[in-house]
Amino acid sequence: MGKNPVCVLAQFKTTKALYHACERVRDEGYVKFDAHSPFPIHGLDRAMGLKPSKVPWIVLILGLLGAAGGMGMQLWMNGVDYPMIFSAKPYFSWQAYVPITFELGVLFGSAGAVFGMLGLNQLPRLNHPVFNSKAFSTHAADDGFFLSIETKDANYDEVRTSKLLEGLGALQVEHLKE
Amino acid sequence: MNLLKSLKLPADESLKNIALGAAVFGLAFILLAISMGIFNPKPFFASYLVSFMFFLSLVLGCTFFVLIQFITRSGWSVVVRRLAEYVMAIIPIFFVLIIPILLGVGHLFHWTHGDVVAHDVLLKGKVPYLNIPFFLTRAAIYLIVWTFISRWYFKTSVEQDKSGDHELTRKMQWWSGPSLMLMAMTISFAAIDWMMSLDPHWFSTIFGVYYFSGSFMACFAVLILFAKLLQRSGYLLKIVSPEHFHDLGKLLFGFMVFWTYIAFSQYFLIWYANIPEETIWYMHRMEGSWDLVTKLLAFGHFVVPFFFLMPRTIKRHPVGLIVGAIWLMAVHFMDLYWLIMPVFYPHGIHVSLFDVATFLGLGGLFVASVAWVMRKSAIVPVKDPRLSESLRFENM
Repeated sequence: MGKNPVCVLAQFKTTKALYHACERVRDEGYVKFDAHSPFPIHGLDRAMGLKPSKVPWIVLILGLLGAAGGMGMQLWMNGVDYPMIFSAKPYFSWQAYVPITFELGVLFGSAGAVFGMLGLNQLPRLNHPVFNSKAFSTHAADDGFFLSIETKDANYDEVRTSKLLEGLGALQVEHLKE
Repeated sequence: MNLLKSLKLPADESLKNIALGAAVFGLAFILLAISMGIFNPKPFFASYLVSFMFFLSLVLGCTFFVLIQFITRSGWSVVVRRLAEYVMAIIPIFFVLIIPILLGVGHLFHWTHGDVVAHDVLLKGKVPYLNIPFFLTRAAIYLIVWTFISRWYFKTSVEQDKSGDHELTRKMQWWSGPSLMLMAMTISFAAIDWMMSLDPHWFSTIFGVYYFSGSFMACFAVLILFAKLLQRSGYLLKIVSPEHFHDLGKLLFGFMVFWTYIAFSQYFLIWYANIPEETIWYMHRMEGSWDLVTKLLAFGHFVVPFFFLMPRTIKRHPVGLIVGAIWLMAVHFMDLYWLIMPVFYPHGIHVSLFDVATFLGLGGLFVASVAWVMRKSAIVPVKDPRLSESLRFENM
């Protein structure tokens, strides 16, 4: 465990309290914070001020690369590198290559979705400071609604941030170390 | 539910005026086409068939939409379901609209000529299916089945507006399965009868699905444009939200890709097997100026809308989605034109006044019938048990 706290964790009683807390924290200018809830809460991404995900771009680019690679590979192999005649078709029979092109596009696209999502979420990781909280470990997957603010955030100030969270109706505020 | 209190209904009078105006407009063009067709029947019947199949596809697509909402018990779509119900409820007019096709079987369908069939082994073998009495019987069966399903669903849904009886929803859900099976059978056979048999030597087992895929895609374009049009006139505001348009846009995109999948599957297998009696159909469409239409179809029905409709922002954009919907409606028409016209003009595209007149004629009657049907009921199924779910719908 490090010496300095890496994040401050606040527990809220209801989804509503968490939702409003997120709005306030967002409006106060915090960026490096996260909300933790046992189930999805409609509109929470807006309350947190999250930008649209970048995953679609990863999927698009990888999907197109996969499709281009699939078509290119077959054109090169059957047309250039080892020209072969299959069922009296020309060397460059793009029609025959469509299924593989499609499959590789989908494969790369979906791999981009999965690994892009994991990468952007910085997963997998073995542990996270929030798990050092007893309250978090017992309630986060059950009936607790949490908000964590990283101390790396430019707006973070030990006293002010704790006050802010307490003022928003947090049941308890903890400072967690690595 | 405060929104519903502000729910305005289009005035009966203005709808009547629209209906009458559109009907006069449509009939004028139909009469123009018929008067030109007296001296030149074949092009008239060919153009009429294209427009007929186009407007029929919109109606059948909407029938499928309504049935699928019931079989999936979906909540999001309730606010736009009534619009689809209006469109599907006009199916009885096709009993009249089909008359020119039945009168023109001799001009349209090669297999109706006894002397040709007598010298053609393949056509002789198909006589048990392709003969005029059975053809007429089947046409009657399709129209009766469609009318029965569409009108029953429309009637029951409107009945619920008054009684609010949840049992009606359960009943409509129960019947949606058998109805969908009947719809799938009839739309396939109708496509085979009225389009595939134009070239009676040729066959494709996927042809029914092909017609369905285009129709179902077009129905989302219809719903988008219909809802946008009503919102421009001040109805459905705050009821149909960008969330609903986003979903309609997603489905429009999805079924555009589905059409591509079906269209390519048909082409791919025929190309691969390379059997002359099958490839000849594509030969006709890949020679001369028809080749241009084939390429336009590949780009216009897939490549361009694929990238255009992909971003979330376009599907939520008030104008972007309209552009996409109009575009796909136009390409859907071109698709049907491409299926039907090369049979009559094997040497190249031949756009004539008949195409314009029959399209505007049937279009006028289509708009008139929808406006007429709209007079009688609320613009949203006001007592549907899933309405509040639909009003609060959000894309996650």
